[in-house]
Amino acid sequence: MRIRMGAVAALLALSAQAEAGEIAPLAVEEVAPGVFVHRGGIALADAANAGDIANAGFVVGEEAVAVIDAGGGPGIGEALVAAVRAETDRPIRHLVLTHMHPDHVLGAGALGRAAPEAEIVGHAKLPRALAARAEHYLATARREVGAALAEDVEIVLPERLVEGEATLDLGGRRLRLTAWPTAHTDNDLTVLDEATGTLFAGDLLFMEHLPVIDGSLRGWLGAMEALSMVGAERVVPGHGPAVAPWPEALAPQRAYLEALAANVRRLIDGGATLAEAVEAAPAPEGDWALVDAFHRRNVTTAYAELEWE
Amino acid sequence: MLRTAGLAAIVALGTLGAGAAARAETPGAWADIVPMVFGDRPMQASGVVEIEAPYRAEDAALVPISVSFALPEGDPRRVERVTLVIDENPAPVAAAFEIGEGAGVSRIDGRYRVESYTPIHAVAELSDGSLHVAEDYVKASGGCAAPMGKDPEEALANLGRMKLRQGPADAPGRAEAQVMIRHPNNSGLQMDQLTRHYIPAHFIHTLTVAQGETPILRMEGGISLSEDPNLRFDFRPTGEPIRVRAEDTEGGAFEGEWPFEAAPPA
Repeated sequence: MRIRMGAVAALLALSAQAEAGEIAPLAVEEVAPGVFVHRGGIALADAANAGDIANAGFVVGEEAVAVIDAGGGPGIGEALVAAVRAETDRPIRHLVLTHMHPDHVLGAGALGRAAPEAEIVGHAKLPRALAARAEHYLATARREVGAALAEDVEIVLPERLVEGEATLDLGGRRLRLTAWPTAHTDNDLTVLDEATGTLFAGDLLFMEHLPVIDGSLRGWLGAMEALSMVGAERVVPGHGPAVAPWPEALAPQRAYLEALAANVRRLIDGGATLAEAVEAAPAPEGDWALVDAFHRRNVTTAYAELEWE
Repeated sequence: MLRTAGLAAIVALGTLGAGAAARAETPGAWADIVPMVFGDRPMQASGVVEIEAPYRAEDAALVPISVSFALPEGDPRRVERVTLVIDENPAPVAAAFEIGEGAGVSRIDGRYRVESYTPIHAVAELSDGSLHVAEDYVKASGGCAAPMGKDPEEALANLGRMKLRQGPADAPGRAEAQVMIRHPNNSGLQMDQLTRHYIPAHFIHTLTVAQGETPILRMEGGISLSEDPNLRFDFRPTGEPIRVRAEDTEGGAFEGEWPFEAAPPA
C-alpha cells in the first residue's frame, strides 16, 4: 500500500528527469565483495543536505539485488537506484527498510518508482508505525528540508513483513533478516549478508552520531547483548562510517547507553524530578556529534522509561 | 461566586481544531481564553502562584511544567484551585487542580504536550474568589500532533498500571508523592494513514488523590497532558493510606491504594 503525497507533482518531476537522463549515482564504497554502502552525513536534516544523513547500501547476488534503506529524500532514493545500475543490471528484488525514521525511508517512494520491481520489506510493526507518523514526518520534512522536497515524498508501506527471522535469496546469496523487540524503535530490522559476514545493523548501531532513543533504552541494551553475538566480520551502522569491525564497533554506543541508564537511575533514586534530571545528568563521554541536539532528549526519554522500574 | 467548571472549559476549548494546531503564535490567544474560562474577574499578578518550565523543551510531547503557590504567613485565605493554560495548544486548558482543604499542597509538577512556541499561564483561585496569575514561555513544537508513543503494543498491555513514589519534602511536616499511570492519552488529533481515520481521543479526564477519605487534590485534565500522566506534589501527610482514582474518556476507571511511607530520619 502506498501513501501518496503530491503524487502527481512527483510523477511530473520524475518524467522530466527521465527525459534529461541525468541522475548521478549515489557515492558508494564496496565494503565487501558485492556489498556497497553509502555513507550519509552526520548532521540534522536540512535543505543543504536534502536529508542525506543516514547510511544506505545494497547487496548484489547472482540473480538480483537487495537495497537496504532508501535515504532521507526522493533524490537519494533515485540516486541509490542509479548507483545499483552503475554496478549491475540485475533487478532490485527487494528494498529492505531497517526502521521507520525519515532519514531511512523518505527516499523509498522515489526508489520504488525508479525500480518498480522492488518488493518493500520491513518489520511487522513498521506499517502501523509509519501510518501513525506519516503526517508528522512530512510536516517535519517540509520545515527542515524544504517544501519542494516534501512535495515529492511518497511514504510507502512494506509489502513483506518480518516477524522473528526471514531469508531473502538473491541467487546464491542469502540475506538473513532479523526483526528485533523494541530497541532503537519498535520496528528495528537487521540484515546479515551470509556470504561475507556483513551485518547491516540499521540504527541498532550508531557511530559518530550520538545514539537516539525512540523505543526502549532497556530494550536496546538487551538487543545489543544479543546483537554482539551475531557472527559477523564487519558491520554497516545506520550512521557513521560505511563499515566497521564487528563486534568492536558496538563499544562506544554500549558505553553511552549504559552510562545513561546508570546516571538516570541514580538521579531517579535520589529523588530528582524530570526537569532536575535533565539539568543534572552528566554529559556523554567520548567523541560524539550532535550531543546538543539529542543528549538531553535521551535523558528525558530514559527518565520516563526508568522511573517505572 | 462564579466558578467555571474546569472540565467544561477543557471540553469547550478542546474543539479549537486542527487549524489551531497549525497556526503560528497568535497575539491575544490569552485574551480570548480568559473570558471563556475565568469570566471577567480581575486577575492579579501578585506572586501567589509561580510557574517553572524549561524555556526550550527537549521533547515537546513531554514538557515538565511545575506550578507552585503560597500565601503569606497569617493570610487567612487558601488556594482552592489552580489552572494551567498552554495558550497556543489546541486544548489550551491543560489541567485544573482542586486543592484539598488543609492538604498542604504547595507545588504540582506535571508533564504536558506543547504544540508550538507559546506563553503559558497559571491561575490560582483563592477562597475569597480572587484570581492570581503567573506567566511563562515555552519553546516547543509538535507536542500535540506528534505521533503515538514509542511502543504502542507495550503501552496497551500496561494501560492503567499505576505507581506511587513517595519521598521527603523540603518543608517540615510535609511529604512528597508522585502519582503515575500508564495511559496513551490519545489526543484525537492524530491521523492514522492506514485507515485514514483519526485515532480516537482516549485520555484521562479526572484524577483524584486522597489520604484516607481526605482529598489531597483533584485534577481535571485534557489532551494537553502527556502520555502516562504523572503528577508530583507535596502535601501534609496524616499517615493514612494514599488512594488514587483515575477515569478516562472511554469509561475506564483505575484505582490504587498504598500505605503512607514516612521518610526515613535524616
